[in-house]
Amino acid sequence: MKDHYDIAVVGAGPAGMAAATVAAEHGAGVVLFDEQPLAGGQIYRALSRQTLADRDVLGPDYYHGEALITALQNGGAEHVADTTVWEVTPEREIGISSGGIARLLSADQVILATGAQERPFPVPGWTLAGAMSAGAAQVLLKSAGLAEPDAVFAGTGPLLYLVANQYLKAGIPIRAILDTTPGTNSLGALPHLPGALMGAAALLKGRRWITELRNAGIPFVNGVEHLKVTGDESVTGVEYAHRGAWHRIDTNRIFLHQGVVPNVNLAMATGCTHRWSDAQLCWHAVTDAWGESDMAGVAIAGDGAAINGARAAEYAGRITAYGALHRCARLDAQSRDRLAKPCRQALARERRGRAFLDRLFRPADQFRIPQDDSTIVCRCEEVTAARVRASVALGCIGPNQLKGFSRCGMGPCQGRMCGLTLSEIIAQSRKVPVGEVGALRLRPPVKPLMLGELAALAVPPEPEPGEH
Amino acid sequence: MATGRHVADVVVIGGGLHGSATALHLSRAGHSVIVIEKDRVGRHASSANAGGVRRLGRALPEIPLACAALDTWHHITDLVDDDCGFASSCQVKVAENDAELQAQRERRDTLLALGFEHEEIIDRAALRELLPAIASHCVGGMVVHGDGHANPFLTVQAFRRKALALGVRFLEGAAVTEIGRHGETWQVKSVRDDVQAPTLVNCAGAWGGRIAAMLGEQAPVQPVALMLMITSRVKPFVQPVVGAQGRTLSFKQFDNGTVLIGGGYQGRAEPDTNRTHLDFRGLSASATTAAALFPGLAGVQIVRCWAGIEGVLPDNIPVIGASAAPGVFHAFGFCGHGFALGPLVGRLIAELITTGRSSLPIGAFDIGRFSSSRPKDTGA
Amino acid sequence: MRRVPRLDAPRVRIEFEGQSLNARRGDTVAAALLADGHWQFRTTPVSGAARGPFCMMGVCFDCLVEIDGVANRQACMVEVREGMRVRRQRGASDLGADDSAIDDHGGAP
Repeated sequence: MKDHYDIAVVGAGPAGMAAATVAAEHGAGVVLFDEQPLAGGQIYRALSRQTLADRDVLGPDYYHGEALITALQNGGAEHVADTTVWEVTPEREIGISSGGIARLLSADQVILATGAQERPFPVPGWTLAGAMSAGAAQVLLKSAGLAEPDAVFAGTGPLLYLVANQYLKAGIPIRAILDTTPGTNSLGALPHLPGALMGAAALLKGRRWITELRNAGIPFVNGVEHLKVTGDESVTGVEYAHRGAWHRIDTNRIFLHQGVVPNVNLAMATGCTHRWSDAQLCWHAVTDAWGESDMAGVAIAGDGAAINGARAAEYAGRITAYGALHRCARLDAQSRDRLAKPCRQALARERRGRAFLDRLFRPADQFRIPQDDSTIVCRCEEVTAARVRASVALGCIGPNQLKGFSRCGMGPCQGRMCGLTLSEIIAQSRKVPVGEVGALRLRPPVKPLMLGELAALAVPPEPEPGEH
Repeated sequence: MATGRHVADVVVIGGGLHGSATALHLSRAGHSVIVIEKDRVGRHASSANAGGVRRLGRALPEIPLACAALDTWHHITDLVDDDCGFASSCQVKVAENDAELQAQRERRDTLLALGFEHEEIIDRAALRELLPAIASHCVGGMVVHGDGHANPFLTVQAFRRKALALGVRFLEGAAVTEIGRHGETWQVKSVRDDVQAPTLVNCAGAWGGRIAAMLGEQAPVQPVALMLMITSRVKPFVQPVVGAQGRTLSFKQFDNGTVLIGGGYQGRAEPDTNRTHLDFRGLSASATTAAALFPGLAGVQIVRCWAGIEGVLPDNIPVIGASAAPGVFHAFGFCGHGFALGPLVGRLIAELITTGRSSLPIGAFDIGRFSSSRPKDTGA
Repeated sequence: MRRVPRLDAPRVRIEFEGQSLNARRGDTVAAALLADGHWQFRTTPVSGAARGPFCMMGVCFDCLVEIDGVANRQACMVEVREGMRVRRQRGASDLGADDSAIDDHGGAP
C-alpha cells in the first residue's frame, strides 16, 4: 500500500466498485478500502464465494453483482480488504485499521461509498437475544448458508419481503409475517405512481414476492399497529396489535426490518453537511452534481448519500468517479461531461420508482418514535424512551446535549442504532422540525480503535519540500 | 423584528461555567444579572474538558484559589443542589525516574516554604498501593488527597439551573457584536437582543480576547483544541486521577468504567465556526503515554475522541480581575485548567463587584500584564 | 440454525466457552456460533442483560465477544480460523495483562 493515492474509495458495494473501476480505467492511482474480506458490500455480500448451491434461492438481482466484482478484479484499482476506515480529514488524510495495525495515508480525492444500514426498529424487547434484523437473516443466508426455521418476520419494506421470499425458495418455513406498513400509505403513494410505473419491473417484482408468500400459506398480517417482543433473557414471543386487538405468537426468533437509511457516520465525522429528508426520514448528504460534498475533494456516492438502490448506486459511483478524475486533472471537463451523460440518464431511470417506494413503505410514526416509554432507544447504553423524554423536559434541545444528560449515543455503535430515533423523539417532544434538532455530532474514529493500535499508529514520513 | 432590550445590574458575557458561576454568586449577592451567550450555555470548554478538580501541580499564584475551590467542591451540593458527579480520592502525578521524583521533592519543599502542605511525595511502594495497575518502572510520585474530578456537562448545567432559579436571565444564540459606553452604563449589542448594565463581566473563554479588544484591552488569548479520548467500559482498576511528571497526561476512570485520557495534545480550533479538528498524531502520542503508564490499557478500545475550544494565555495562567475600564471585570483564559476554579472564581468576581475587594490574591492574573502601556499592578 | 444446501467449504474447528465447535471456512464467528445454536454472545456492562447479534454487518456492536484473549471483537466481522478461542464477553472488559510490546517513545511531547 502506498502513502498517497490520486483517488481513495471507501466501501466496496456497487457504488464503490463502480467508482474504483472507472477511476482506475482512466489512469488514476486508485485504492478501494472495505471492511469485508470480499468485495460486494452488503447487497452482494459473499458473492464471489458462491456459498449457495442453488442460485434460485437468492435470485438474479444478487448475481447481477458478479459483473461488478469481475470488473473490479480485472481493473487497476488496489482493493484493500478487511480494512476499516476510521477517519477522513478535511485535508483528505485517511486513517485506516487493518489486521490490528492503524496507519495514515492520504489522497487527492476521496469517494465515500459507505452504503446503507437498516433503520433502527425500536420496539419493546428489540434488544433481546433472538431478535435480529431481516438484513442479518439475509447476510447469514448469503455468506454462511444459514437460515432459521419458524421465525417471525415483522416490519415493512422491500427487503423484508425479499428475504422472506429467499427463505421460501430455500425451503425454510416461516412462522408468520407481520406487516407494519400503514394502511394509509397506499393512498399517499398514489401521486407518485406514474413515475413508478416507468420502473414497473421493480414494482411487479415486489408484488410477486408478496403473492408467493401468501400462496405458500404463510400467515400474513397486514396493518400491524404495534409490536412488542417478549422474553426475559431471550425472545419467547411477539405480541402485535391489529385492528385494535392484541395477539400473540410464541416464537424464539424474530426478524425485524423497516427500511434502510444511509450509513452516514464517516461522512458526518468528516464534516460533510447533511440535510434532513422528510421523504426518506433520514439524513442526506448535501452534494453537487458530481457528488462532491461541502468538504472539498470528498464526494459521496450511492446509498451512503441517499437511498436509491443498488442499480442507481452503480451509476452514481461512475458519476462521482468522473468528477473526481476531473478534479485531480486526469480527465478534462468535456470528456467528463460526455462520459457522465449516459450514467445520468441511467441514474434517472433507476430513480423513477423511488418516491413511490419511499411513500409506500414509509414506516409509521409509532415504529420510529416509540410511544411505549419502556422501549430501549440507545441499545449500547440501555437508555429508554422515558429517559430521553425526561431529558428533553429538563431542557435538552438536541441529541448532543442528550449525550451529556443520559449517555445516549456514547456507546461503541456511536449513534448508528439510536441517532435517528433520538433526533425524531426530540423533534416530536419539542414540536420542531427534525432538521432544527440536528444529528449527533460525530468525530473520528468512526469505529472504535484499540488503544494499543492507536499508540502504534504508523504515520507516513513528512514529504520533502517540493513533493505534494 | 424589533430587537429586545434588557437591563440589569450586571451583564455577563459568556455562558460557560465561569459565566454561570459568576452570575449565580452575583445573584446571591442581590444583583440582577443577564448572561449573554453566543451559542448555548456550556457549549464549549465547559462541557468538553477533562473534569479534573485539583490543587496538584498548580502554578503558584493559582494555589490559594485552587485550595478554596476544593473546599467549594466538597460542598458543591450546598451551592447548586447537585453533586455534579464530583468524586474525590486523590490526584497523583507519577514520577518515572529518580530525576523526576527529585524535581517533585523540590517542588514540595517550595510549597512547604510558602505554607502549603497539600502536595505529598510517595515512594514506589506507596505508589503501587494507590495505583496497582501502574507500570513497573514508575518510582514514586506526588499526591494530593482530597483532589478528584467531576462531570463537566452536569456541572455547568447545574450552575445554569441554579442561576435560573435565583433569577438570572440567560440569552442564548446571542453573539456580542458591539460594546459601547453610554454615560454610566455599558451597552452590549448582539445578533439578537441588546443588554444594558453598569457592570460588565467578560467570561468569554477562548473568545475573551475579542471581548477585551472591544473594550480596548489587550489579552493575547489563543483558542486551542485540547484533545480528549474516552474508552469503552473497563472493570474498575484505578480510583485516583493520574498525571505524569515528565509527560503530558490526564487520566481518570469513571464509575461507569470508561477511562478518559487527555492532557494537552492539541488539535486545531476554528473559533469562528465552533469546529475543532482532531490530530491523530497527537492522539497517538497520548495513547502511547497512557499505555506506557498502564500497560494493560493497550487492549482497551477508544470509542470517542473530541476537542473543545479553550482559551490559552502565553504565561499559562488566566485573566481574573478588574479592568482598567470602569465597571468591567474579567475571568477568562483558563488555559485548559479552569474547570476546578470556576465555582470559586465566580465568587471572587462577585466579591470584587459587590465589595470592591477579592478575598483571595488575584494580582498575578491582572489583564494589565499584557498591556505595554499600562503600569503593572503588583498589588494583591 | 439450519444449513441450506451449499457448496462445500472445509471445516474449521474453533472453541467457544471451552467447547469445541465445527464451523466452515468463510463463516464469521457470529455465524459459527449461531449455527451451533448459541444466540447469547455477551452480557452488557450496563445492566448485565444478555445480548446477541442483531445486524450482522458491524453496525450494532451487540455481537461483542472475546477472541483469543482480546475483548470487544465484533463476532460478525471476524472470520473463523482454526484453533480460535472464543468466549462470551461478560460485562465490562478487563484491563489486559502487562503488554510490554507497546513501543514507548518516552518523554514529554
